[in-house]
Amino acid sequence: MPAYRPPRIPASEITPQSLYLSRRGFIAGAAAGMALTGASGALAAPIATTPSTYKVNDKLTPKKDVTTYNNFYEFGVNKADPAQNSGDFKPTPWAITVGGMVAKPQVIDMEKIMAEIPMEERVYRMRCVEAWSMVIPWVGFPISAILDRVEPLGSAKYVAFETVVRPEQMPGQRGFFQALPWPYVEGLRLDEARHPLAILATGVYGETLPNQNGAPIRLVTPWKYGFKGIKSIVKITLTDKQPPSTWNISAPNEYGFYANVNPKVDHPRWSQATERRIGEGSGLFGGRTVDTLPFNGYGDEVASLYAGMDLKKFY
Amino acid sequence: MASLALPARYRSSSVWVLYALGLLPGLYAFYQGVFGDLGADPVRTFEHLLGLWTLRFLCLGLAVTPIRDLFGVNLIAYRRALGLIAFYYVLAHFAVYLTLDRALVFSSILGDLLKRPYIMLGMAGLVMLTPLALTSNRWSIRKLGSRWNTLHKLAYPILLVAILHFVLSRKSLTLEPAFYIAVVTVLLGYRLVRPKLMERRRSRRAAASR
Repeated sequence: MPAYRPPRIPASEITPQSLYLSRRGFIAGAAAGMALTGASGALAAPIATTPSTYKVNDKLTPKKDVTTYNNFYEFGVNKADPAQNSGDFKPTPWAITVGGMVAKPQVIDMEKIMAEIPMEERVYRMRCVEAWSMVIPWVGFPISAILDRVEPLGSAKYVAFETVVRPEQMPGQRGFFQALPWPYVEGLRLDEARHPLAILATGVYGETLPNQNGAPIRLVTPWKYGFKGIKSIVKITLTDKQPPSTWNISAPNEYGFYANVNPKVDHPRWSQATERRIGEGSGLFGGRTVDTLPFNGYGDEVASLYAGMDLKKFY
Repeated sequence: MASLALPARYRSSSVWVLYALGLLPGLYAFYQGVFGDLGADPVRTFEHLLGLWTLRFLCLGLAVTPIRDLFGVNLIAYRRALGLIAFYYVLAHFAVYLTLDRALVFSSILGDLLKRPYIMLGMAGLVMLTPLALTSNRWSIRKLGSRWNTLHKLAYPILLVAILHFVLSRKSLTLEPAFYIAVVTVLLGYRLVRPKLMERRRSRRAAASR
């Protein structure tokens, strides 16, 4: 595992050189963006980040694909739906209620998080349970930064997460046929949540998260299948029991609580041995299929969390 | 029987129009795919689209009889084309699966085939549809006589495995597969009640003519 050194300068004081040098372009771009989007939706704002050692060297998936090919059933079940149907979603203002088995339960304002917690850029592989993958430059911070503020009790063993429910802004949450029960819920073991690779992402490609990617704050656990990455989080609860997770409720024999990427444990209906890398080449003939790695290639960092566990049983 | 079908002299050209229109979505998607216009995962999108059009044309083919029975509109002249278009789509669907999806890696194809129920069902559908396509000519109809009708009853199990293949390949049951499940249930369910329905109609007609 690369040595992890916490950044010392508050992110709010840093303007990345590239951004500084391109400030005029940014202002022009922002003006153009405002003209395009009009009053609806929040504008993507650049986020100052400190460098991180957590970077994979794979080629980045183009931003266009990262922001238009999404699973976010609250906005519809097709890949293009979240980008098309999330225009009415309001990610500001936002606050996260953190409670349960903690010494200092509190409601943490998103502005406070952005101002006080240093943001890092993390280039992670993302492996979807549907056998496709991306390489994404997230902006975020270790979950520990939140956990430390609320001081989990010794009895707390798990962290539960919950997505916002806003049928009036999220078309997938209304209507007579809804794909999943709401709110979307997910969970991690406390030691998983404490792992430095597990982050809460507030941005992607150097800017605040677009609505379709889980604005304003979402979970990213790169060694697990993408559905663990719960989006638009409003509630974090520390508990001593394994919390429910939405896909596990929906199909327990197909989606486990752990959901660690594992080429040797197939989905009951399809193989997990390989994955299609999204956005490589263009068109029908440019695609690339790569072998899926145990823990999505993060085995050196995270395998010890599961020492002695039968990963075929705890899938 | 009242018929909204075209006069006979336009019928054969209208069948060719149906072929052209029917194959257009697949050709257009191929064009989009080649020029990088099929989204982030073009292979998957193209493959699924070909499968979906197969299912749609199978449904249309099996809708001909209920439409004739219930609405008095006779589209039988188009049924062969509907079935053959479905067959061409499933061939393309299978070819994309073998080449672009599985890259002709036969160990992975064989593994899929032996382990994955939805692949088995899809393959079963292709295997059953092939003899129907091969016997869709007049010579076969004449040669096989009443056995042709029996053989072409395979259309029912074909539609059944097609819908199962579609539903099982998805992560969860969403509105789209639910819609096709409803359509297929109506189309196949109709075949169960049809004998009774026809019987009642016949006896009513017999009573009226007495």
